[in-house]
Amino acid sequence: MPRTIIPFGPQHPVLPEPVHLDLVVEDERVVEAKPSIGFVHRGLEKLVERKDFVEFVYVAERVCGICSFIHGQTYCQAVEALMKIEVPPRARYLRTIWGELSRIHSHLLWLGLMADAIGFESLFMHSWRVREQVLDLIEATTGGRVIFGSCKIGGVRRDLTSELVERLASALSTIERDTRDLTGVFLGDRSVQDRLCGVGVLSSADARDLGCVGPMLRASGVESDLRCTGYAAYSELDFTRATRPEGDSYARCAVRCEEVFQSIDLIRQALARLPDGEIAVKVRGNPNGETFMRTEQPRGEVVYHLKANGTRNLQRFRVRTPTFANLPAMVKVLQGCGLADVPVLVLTIDPCISCTER
Amino acid sequence: MEIIPAESLVARTQALRAGKARLVQISATRLADHYELTYSFEVGHTLTNLRLLVTASDPRVPSISSVYWCAFLYENEIHDLFKVQVEGMAVDFKGNLYKATVPYAFGAPPAAKKPPAAAAPPALATASAEATASSPAPAH
Amino acid sequence: MAYFAMSKLALKWAFARPCTTRYPFEPRQALPGSRGRLVFTRDNCVYCTVCAKRCPTGALAVNRAQKRWAIDRLMCITCGCCIEVCPRKCLELAPEHATPVVTKDRESF
Repeated sequence: MPRTIIPFGPQHPVLPEPVHLDLVVEDERVVEAKPSIGFVHRGLEKLVERKDFVEFVYVAERVCGICSFIHGQTYCQAVEALMKIEVPPRARYLRTIWGELSRIHSHLLWLGLMADAIGFESLFMHSWRVREQVLDLIEATTGGRVIFGSCKIGGVRRDLTSELVERLASALSTIERDTRDLTGVFLGDRSVQDRLCGVGVLSSADARDLGCVGPMLRASGVESDLRCTGYAAYSELDFTRATRPEGDSYARCAVRCEEVFQSIDLIRQALARLPDGEIAVKVRGNPNGETFMRTEQPRGEVVYHLKANGTRNLQRFRVRTPTFANLPAMVKVLQGCGLADVPVLVLTIDPCISCTER
Repeated sequence: MEIIPAESLVARTQALRAGKARLVQISATRLADHYELTYSFEVGHTLTNLRLLVTASDPRVPSISSVYWCAFLYENEIHDLFKVQVEGMAVDFKGNLYKATVPYAFGAPPAAKKPPAAAAPPALATASAEATASSPAPAH
Repeated sequence: MAYFAMSKLALKWAFARPCTTRYPFEPRQALPGSRGRLVFTRDNCVYCTVCAKRCPTGALAVNRAQKRWAIDRLMCITCGCCIEVCPRKCLELAPEHATPVVTKDRESF
């Protein structure tokens, strides 16, 4: 059967960020997919040679727009591990609250994009309407909608006043109610189920083998969530990992929906237990040594590998983002799928290409 | 962190795979005259790191994509960015994974140590659209 | 019901007020804590240049000899580092966002 090569991306209505795929198709069946990236490569890893390690937190935040706070938080945690800095408890709780707000916003964004990919425009608009409420909360507490600018080495830069805490608590109830309406449609509507069920099935052995992380892994039945290692305030909060055994796109959608509610619950717990105290400690000296720091971003596990040699500039800053780890899985599930399922499968890994390419 | 020779990489990886480890990441650092490649594996929540040191003049490593298929992406990346030759990749993009204008962008040795960035912000060096032609902030 | 799971949401929003702001006919309400734009008050400034040194992007240029303080608006990321170090409290962040700029000039005071 003759094969055609169809180029997908870098500009495509379903893609949040540019990635190029060369799809080798026979009739309507995709036989092979060859990715190529490099459209948003900014060389941020090299920038560490010129910016000193205290200022670099602003660069680390800007690796990605959707997962920006947790990038900044992981960078700060890594440098704090190198310099043996103990972050005050209030700062750890604040970082957790902002991290979970970031996760809610990211998952609502993804839900909207998935609805858009299957053609359900009104559901996409409603998901982003709920996301606007989260962005307003983030702007009220940190000052920025997308780039928070509130993490620094040694703690956080902004505090939550008691009225902001109340505002958060009441807004969360509205967001929870609105999200229940949305997830009712995402998981209950027959047309969504027709597009998502049975598409891109990944067994748990395959998911582990291919190095998947995050909801991709959890939706294939593997219980793995880095928040259980207890960084920031997670050791003092309780939550259950959201897993599903089926391993198809519907399961991944369900895992992400469940994680939104889990995050709302985590924020409520953190607000109830928010300790008093200072929000940052002073940083003195330069970092020295090497460390690996891993946290759970909305898309999965991010690994920061930092090497420092006692000067103001770090020697090496290496970020292994979750989408990079999920890309081989995307290439694998694309083999043998129908051409109309390609947008669903590309979005099901929750691609954040600016993270991938830094 | 364990430093191993390049020849034993595939054998060690196979042993880790038999122990149900997951490949976490492969990273490369360019130092003055050699590359440090770090392979990270995970069992449970503990990381095992293997380090290879390859000379910059002839950077060759064997591929582990026969053991972990997903490693092809990391190996293509270290080839495209650092010019490390990885032999036997399962999926070889031949340099086309990263379409950047500067090939092997991170492959150059690190620049000599400069004074801290805070003392002389780069934008001050240009006297672009200033009303007068005099130079900006003096070093304090 | 499985085919029309959206009907409840669709009906509710068919009769509700739109949730969007009809900008520019309605003004956008800035949130109080928002990091909109940097505001410089010239009266107290002694041109010590500490803010320019602390700026992570190099957006500020201060010349003590000529008593000039300049900011490149496109480079400013409204991080607030300059505000933290200013000894005379001449700088603050206003919540309204700046109007779009079309040239790369520095704004001088």
